[in-house]
Amino acid sequence: MRIALFITCFNDTMFPETGKSVVRLLRRLGHEVDFPYAQTCCGQMHFNTGYRNEARGIARSFVETFAPYDAVVTPSGSCAAMVREQYPVLVGGAAPATAAGFAEAVGAVAPRVYELSEFLVDVLRVRDVGASFPHTVAYHPTCHSLRSLGVGDRPLRLLRAVRGLRLVALPRADECCGFGGTFAVKNAETSAAMGRDKAAAVLESGAQVLCAGDNSCLMHIGGVMSRQHAGVRVMHLADILASTGPHPELDTFPSGDLAAR
Amino acid sequence: MSNGSAFLGLPAFPGAAREAVGNAQLRHNLRKATHTIRSKRAAVVGELDDWEELRAAGKAVKDHTLRHLDHYLVRLEEAVTAAGGHVHWAADADEANRIVTELVRATGGHDVVKVKSMATQEIGLNEALEAEGIRAYETDLAELIVQLGDDRPSHILVPAIHRNRSEIREIFLREMAAWGEPAPDDLTDEPRVLAEAARRHLRKRFLTAQVAVSGANFMVAETGTLVVVESEGNGRMCLTLPETLISVVGIEKVVPTWQDLAVFLQLLPRSSTGERMNPYTSMWTGVAPSDGPRNFHLVLLDNGRSRVLADEVGRQTLRCIRCSACLNVCPVYERAGGHAYGSVYPGPIGAILTPQLRGTTSELDASLPYASTLCGACYEVCPVAIDIPEVLVHLREQVVEGGGHRAERAAMKAAGWIFADPARLARVQRVAGRARRIVPRRLPGPGAAWTDTRDLPVPPEQSFRDWWAAERGRPTTPRSNP
Repeated sequence: MRIALFITCFNDTMFPETGKSVVRLLRRLGHEVDFPYAQTCCGQMHFNTGYRNEARGIARSFVETFAPYDAVVTPSGSCAAMVREQYPVLVGGAAPATAAGFAEAVGAVAPRVYELSEFLVDVLRVRDVGASFPHTVAYHPTCHSLRSLGVGDRPLRLLRAVRGLRLVALPRADECCGFGGTFAVKNAETSAAMGRDKAAAVLESGAQVLCAGDNSCLMHIGGVMSRQHAGVRVMHLADILASTGPHPELDTFPSGDLAAR
Repeated sequence: MSNGSAFLGLPAFPGAAREAVGNAQLRHNLRKATHTIRSKRAAVVGELDDWEELRAAGKAVKDHTLRHLDHYLVRLEEAVTAAGGHVHWAADADEANRIVTELVRATGGHDVVKVKSMATQEIGLNEALEAEGIRAYETDLAELIVQLGDDRPSHILVPAIHRNRSEIREIFLREMAAWGEPAPDDLTDEPRVLAEAARRHLRKRFLTAQVAVSGANFMVAETGTLVVVESEGNGRMCLTLPETLISVVGIEKVVPTWQDLAVFLQLLPRSSTGERMNPYTSMWTGVAPSDGPRNFHLVLLDNGRSRVLADEVGRQTLRCIRCSACLNVCPVYERAGGHAYGSVYPGPIGAILTPQLRGTTSELDASLPYASTLCGACYEVCPVAIDIPEVLVHLREQVVEGGGHRAERAAMKAAGWIFADPARLARVQRVAGRARRIVPRRLPGPGAAWTDTRDLPVPPEQSFRDWWAAERGRPTTPRSNP
């Protein structure tokens, strides 16, 4: 099986460690992963903001770049949802001359794009990835992984198998954190209000670490908590699943009230 | 507009929402009310094993009807006329208001009682009647609170959701006397006491009213029957006591048969009030010699609906049965409140309906499609499966095609240019990596929208792609677009 990593433009630029974690994790499970250098972005920002034609151009490059692979794994529920759910929509308005080729490429590539937890559970059929992370963790299901992809409890199943990890329930977990891409700046006050409510739920959970499958949402929630000096870290699911031992920097934080567990 | 807001295209919704977000009392009222209805809905929907089938049936019936709307509206007109009613067609708000005004004038009356109706609010009927010397009295409890408080509704089902009971008490004490029966001096803020004051205030009005104006939740084409679904019985008073009844109804409210109606009478109460069955369901077919109003007029309202129907993506909006489940689960509505949407249709459904009915030429209407994180909670609960996020994105495209925001367009173009070439992206990332130490904690200009409330992570020294290239070399030759 030829596996490609789609790092996403956002992780590539801002959170390279998450990409390294995916590579390390898959290697540990005995799988080599390739990084096709021609990849850039899935086009979600353009699509969701109303720039469909620009998004289609980006989508064309994407399907071309990843066509040679059997599976594409990405540490982002949001970008996986963009490719799987919205690329078929983009086919609709493509120029007639190229529409057939594009439709075929989307049909071939889009269903092979997996968010990390889907790839581990459904494709590699693992639950215990051999990780160790002796800390208290709450999981936030990001909206696109929850509602567009329907990853369900896959991330939780993976987290429950991590050695030493104490999983605590996040109150009102299915509520959006308020990031929403350009929403975070276009409607900054509403976005921040939602982020503060999410941060309050995280504190209520008693977690040391908030985990999710999207660094974009985590950057927003983490940014709110950092501004509040909340003493809770955010970490991508990949970073926890790649971990093989304690993270000493976390021990400087109190482990919080475990009653919510 | 400051440079920052020009760059972000900051339009009207964000400004209005900002005020609501800062109002602790409002936030508390909204959170409490929406969470209560939300849980009630989830419980009663969860009881039904076939909810998804019911939902699919509701969607299918509406889609079928909308596809053959011309046919069903003509059938409806024939059936209403045969049953002794009169049908009027109104292309827009002005025409509908003119028709209603003339009908009221013809009765010689100067007062009308009103059943809670979204359509008449949409066309500004009360204001139009007022201008012609006719006073409209709202009789739905929440609409009464809104009217007495010289306020605007902020929720489809619970128009006074932004008010708590002590605020309602103050409004009753202050305003009721000017509109009829005053509130008792010893009025408390107990719900029962407030309801009793409203009951006394309204009762005299019902018994003397000559003309009533209503909307309708559904119209059954096969028999010409109109249906109003409500919880208080005040609607039924208006629908049965006055001599003349005028119903203003959007053309999308028609369903073909009673069998179709049955689907919606199951979907609507569970979705809106979280009840298994609706308390007061009033149905009438034309006029009857010894019962109810002697004169019945149906004003069929287009007011932009035909235009919505012509849009392949947007037309699903017309399936809406105004249950407001999408408002109650919307995280943006919960913080921003209903008034921020600048229309009688707030929340997610308003964010797609208003810009379609009114167009996106005003700053406010162009901002509505962006009043969402696209979290999808609304679509999940919609009883007729309106894919609200899909329509939001579709409307954003229309805003962009109509010119959009110049600076945003430039930023998107620049981003597209960077993403068109991986080597170009790598160079941009290296610049960001080198600038990491000089990025201030609080950004100026448009970046402040982020850093005012949230810390920004420091960009890494090395991007993932540079790390990979250093570790493994480039596995494939980067494409380089000129």
